[in-house]
Amino acid sequence: MSKTDRRLLSGNEAVARAALDAGFALGAGYPGTPSTEILESFSELGGHAEWAPNEKVALEVALGAAFAGARALVTMKHVGLNVAADPLFTATYTGVSGALVVVSADDPGMASSQNEQDNRRYALAAGVPMLEPSDSQEAYDLVFQAVEVSQRWQLPVLLRLTTRICHSKTVVRARELGLAAARPHFEHDAKARVMIPAYARPAHRRLRQKLAEIAEWNESSPLNRIEPGEKALGIVTSGISYVHAREAAGGASFLKLGMTYPLPMEKIRRFAAGVQRCLVVEEGDPYLVEAIRAAGIAVEGKHEMYRFGELDVQRVRRILAGDVSPEPTPPRGKPPELCKGCPHRAVFETLGKLDCIVAGDIGCYTLGVLPPFEAMDSCVCMGAAIGVGLGLRQVLPAEQARRVVSVIGDSTFVHGGITGLVEMIYNPPPTGHVLLILDNGTTAMTGLQEHPGTGRTLDHKATGRVVFEDLARTLGVKRVHVVDPSKDPAGFEKLMRESLACGELVVIVARRPCLLAAKKIRAYQAADTGEGDGG
Amino acid sequence: MAGKVTNIVVAGRGGQGVLKASDILAEAAFRAGRDVKKSELHGMSQRGGSVTSDVRFGPQVLSPMVPAGETDYLVVLAADQVEVNRLELRQGGVLISPADIDENLLPNRRSLNVALLGVLSRHLDIAESDWMAAIQANLPEKLHEANAGAFALGRGSAGR
Repeated sequence: MSKTDRRLLSGNEAVARAALDAGFALGAGYPGTPSTEILESFSELGGHAEWAPNEKVALEVALGAAFAGARALVTMKHVGLNVAADPLFTATYTGVSGALVVVSADDPGMASSQNEQDNRRYALAAGVPMLEPSDSQEAYDLVFQAVEVSQRWQLPVLLRLTTRICHSKTVVRARELGLAAARPHFEHDAKARVMIPAYARPAHRRLRQKLAEIAEWNESSPLNRIEPGEKALGIVTSGISYVHAREAAGGASFLKLGMTYPLPMEKIRRFAAGVQRCLVVEEGDPYLVEAIRAAGIAVEGKHEMYRFGELDVQRVRRILAGDVSPEPTPPRGKPPELCKGCPHRAVFETLGKLDCIVAGDIGCYTLGVLPPFEAMDSCVCMGAAIGVGLGLRQVLPAEQARRVVSVIGDSTFVHGGITGLVEMIYNPPPTGHVLLILDNGTTAMTGLQEHPGTGRTLDHKATGRVVFEDLARTLGVKRVHVVDPSKDPAGFEKLMRESLACGELVVIVARRPCLLAAKKIRAYQAADTGEGDGG
Repeated sequence: MAGKVTNIVVAGRGGQGVLKASDILAEAAFRAGRDVKKSELHGMSQRGGSVTSDVRFGPQVLSPMVPAGETDYLVVLAADQVEVNRLELRQGGVLISPADIDENLLPNRRSLNVALLGVLSRHLDIAESDWMAAIQANLPEKLHEANAGAFALGRGSAGR
């Protein structure tokens, strides 16, 4: 093997390269740490990659491509799968004609997330076969395996990554021979794809039959590997937990699972029977241990204290030793903060000064909750600012209700806020409401991605643009303002006072490019003008 | 054969080039033919907060994260981040900080990260040519000269 075949890639880059080598026709997704770089890399490598307004739309676009016989990839962070759950749960009934690989990048420990939900539960709930890599090489290889399973059983496949898989760089050897791209072609098959009850009932039975076949196949598939060692200790594990456990207990016997739904239960049973102590090492929820015990296999799990946060080598050592003493707390580093010169700063200074009740949302601006601003009162999920703000307004006494403001970023507004704005017009609170859209012209938190409000595609080319102020006016909001609070803080404060006092519906777009993005945005605009774009 | 793994943690504040330094280090070790794993967190932590990145290399590396207290070399880019990270260091481990060089001699303040890699390079068995190739692969061409100078300053080979 020549030296050039060896690459140092993050798990995200490895998935992107595999998608290219495996002939994927399309990748869709919504940016979210730790998944974002997959589609960016896929695009840089020459693949067709798109940012969708949110994960639900992304999964639907990918599903359509897979209905047409293509191989399609859809990427998202763990909470994104909540948004995409609706199509996912029925895509397992419809199945696919090509291949559909759904990447869920979970964030145990919440490096950059609002919860640490364990999406392995989705595989079980929706009936999606699930693969879990332990490093970048496996992330690369498992994309090919996912294609094989998806094509053979005509089902979507969940490729479940975690933060440390996505962002760790490890050595990858790519295949010399990839897969030729499929040729998309449409065949009518309404009974398979139109999920009216009469067609969905047999579809559910088909799904269970497929999963039973996959479970049987998985018993002897090379995805699950026994690594013989001492009989005294056997460890059942998967994903990133495998490398931590391998380092913490080098001499033990291992059953390393690559496909964790449906589980190869007989293989696990034989492995457990062959060792004196059988321990399940898994990060997050007790997903494996519960399933294995439900099958009547006696295995040891981790203490509840290790459900929280990531695992690492020393935590696995503690699990092995049954150590439940309090863990040392690492010294606090410097917390993140809004950049010096960030356009959000002027907004939060004013909201604090006016003692607003702020229903906030997900993005850099969530840092408005921390000192020196401390001007945010809730942050739940993408788009929740608007619904939560309206709910507060509906029930609070008028003197408090009048201080409620919904604050949402531009990309988040497109993702999950537009339906909230519709609710605002449809069910206006008695005191009116003020919606503040912080439009910094980019998806800043995840690393400056485009979105429909920027009018540029994933690879920064000009395209159709959703104009927030036009949308708000079209939907029926009378008081719509576009301002730059950093340029005119006094004017912004005056406008906020008037808006809170007027008792009507107000949408204020606070527009100024993100400090980190401004130079790049100017370059993209210049490139578009240079090409004589007439759109 | 489980050969010795070298554990390095690079630490600093967001925007100081911690991730760039660990990218260069990982690539230099990779070019030297080692198994390498590099791990860090992206996202919200990068907004001016504390950032650390782990690089491990050797004949075979398992976990991508350096176990606490097993760091052989702790490279800290900001003086105020030394105490926060000191516990990572093993007994007898080496701390490398801005105090190890004369910052006034830097061709560009932004290349402090690469200068400290130069200091680190004195301790590691990685050829200078692999370091140079890694620096060039990770930085735009207009910064090559300044960073080569910064690296040489740290390595103690300036003017050679």
